[in-house]
Amino acid sequence: MTFWIVQALNGLQLSMLLFLLSIGLTVIFGLMHFVNLAHGALYTLGAYAAVSAVAATGTYWGGFVFAPLAVAMAGVVLYTGLIRRMRKAGPMSQVLVTFGLIFVFLDLMRITWGDLALSIAEPTLFTGRSELLGVAYPTYRLFIIGLGLAVMLGLWVLLSRTQIGAMIRAGVDNDQMAACLGINVERLFFIVFCIGCALAGLAGAVAAPVLSVTPDMGTQILIPTLIVVVIGGLGSLKGAIAGSLMVGFIQTFGAVLAPQLASVSIYALLAAVLIFRPAGLFPAKA
Amino acid sequence: MLDIEDLHTGYGETRVIFGLTLKAAAGRVLAILGRNGAGKTTTMKAVMGLLPASQGKIRIDGQDIAGRRTFDIARSGIGYVPETRDIFPSLTVRENLELAARLAPRNSAWTLDRVITFFPNLANRLSNGGNELSGGEQQMLAIARALLTNPKLLLLDEPTEGLAPIIVRQIHEKLAELKREGMTMVLVEQNFGFATALADDVHIIGRGRTAWQGTSQEIRTRTDVQRQWLGV
Repeated sequence: MTFWIVQALNGLQLSMLLFLLSIGLTVIFGLMHFVNLAHGALYTLGAYAAVSAVAATGTYWGGFVFAPLAVAMAGVVLYTGLIRRMRKAGPMSQVLVTFGLIFVFLDLMRITWGDLALSIAEPTLFTGRSELLGVAYPTYRLFIIGLGLAVMLGLWVLLSRTQIGAMIRAGVDNDQMAACLGINVERLFFIVFCIGCALAGLAGAVAAPVLSVTPDMGTQILIPTLIVVVIGGLGSLKGAIAGSLMVGFIQTFGAVLAPQLASVSIYALLAAVLIFRPAGLFPAKA
Repeated sequence: MLDIEDLHTGYGETRVIFGLTLKAAAGRVLAILGRNGAGKTTTMKAVMGLLPASQGKIRIDGQDIAGRRTFDIARSGIGYVPETRDIFPSLTVRENLELAARLAPRNSAWTLDRVITFFPNLANRLSNGGNELSGGEQQMLAIARALLTNPKLLLLDEPTEGLAPIIVRQIHEKLAELKREGMTMVLVEQNFGFATALADDVHIIGRGRTAWQGTSQEIRTRTDVQRQWLGV
């Protein structure tokens, strides 16, 4: 029983990281049909920003606050310098350019922070283990789960209960009609892009104490994140939640129950979804 | 009100409109008629900035809007009811309306309450999803949504397309009511009877430019023009 609870919590924790990464990617794609393959690199940047901020401030929370801000700023630069110009360039050019960005970021981070794995300590508030459902589980990982749930709830309220949420959903449904009602869709995209970047940065900062911080950590998580987006359905919050949970749990349980199949299982899931529900489980566009 | 001068536009390399000049006077209803593919919808899209004008001027109240961005054109006072209605499916009926009313000042002529009184059918549909409406309800919502932007000019692209005769009559009554209130409208229609019953002026587009213009009364007697440009 303990085994199942611990693995379920592990799965949940991985799901939350995947969620923080995929929600930005999927809403950006849904809103503007823009494929940003460099999203994983922004996650890495968030982790490194957290490492530096922790070193500078001496506290975990310095990194926790600074990383999302720093990555959002990187998003502003990326958007105004590159993405705005590439909006009408077509998916092939976008994929190639953002794919190229992965390597640019990879080397920039290698030059700045070096090749060796770095790490930061868990916040003192959440060190050690906590008793949950009869098992002792690392408190910091419970914090990740709680944070992920809080972000889900916050985004759900934002998207379904506020005017800006209605504007985003309208933009995902039909950006031209949204513009015909006087909505500045371009600015909306910019805001959503920056929020997506901040969440990627947050994911990096949160992951830094549990995973080692290396230049290629973003490329490792990019594929599962893209799979989450495709399984969940482009542009939808519900899809990102469902996709993250499925991929997180299959990856976690696959690794312990059938290690020889672990790497294949999420691709099998992806293939199954693409065959039976090509638009994903909860596509934003009906 | 709307003043199009020597407009050239189309879809990428495909030219559709070459040198269209058209005027819609304030407080009047103008019907744009023409065969399928004549360029009526294209003209509407060019006015909204959804298609780029490669040449020419589009003025609203004397202000050139050609080349401006769509949201900016909408904010300059044009309400647009597209041919495909384009109700946002993931928004409720109420959200569809509130989104349009977002920028209108508090004391505007059109408020949520007023459009619901104007289209009572929408009243008990407010919490329905935009994807749960009949064709007629979608059309009413599309018009209500455009009105909530409190436009000085209303563009209607084929408002009767695909609707049952009884709904067409309802839409006609509502648009006639708007006309009595002095709303300036530009209407694209295939339905000759509907268009000429509602419009004061008629503008026929053929082969990408003005083929004929006059009043609704005149066009009814000009069977030669009808035969040549409308095929009725």
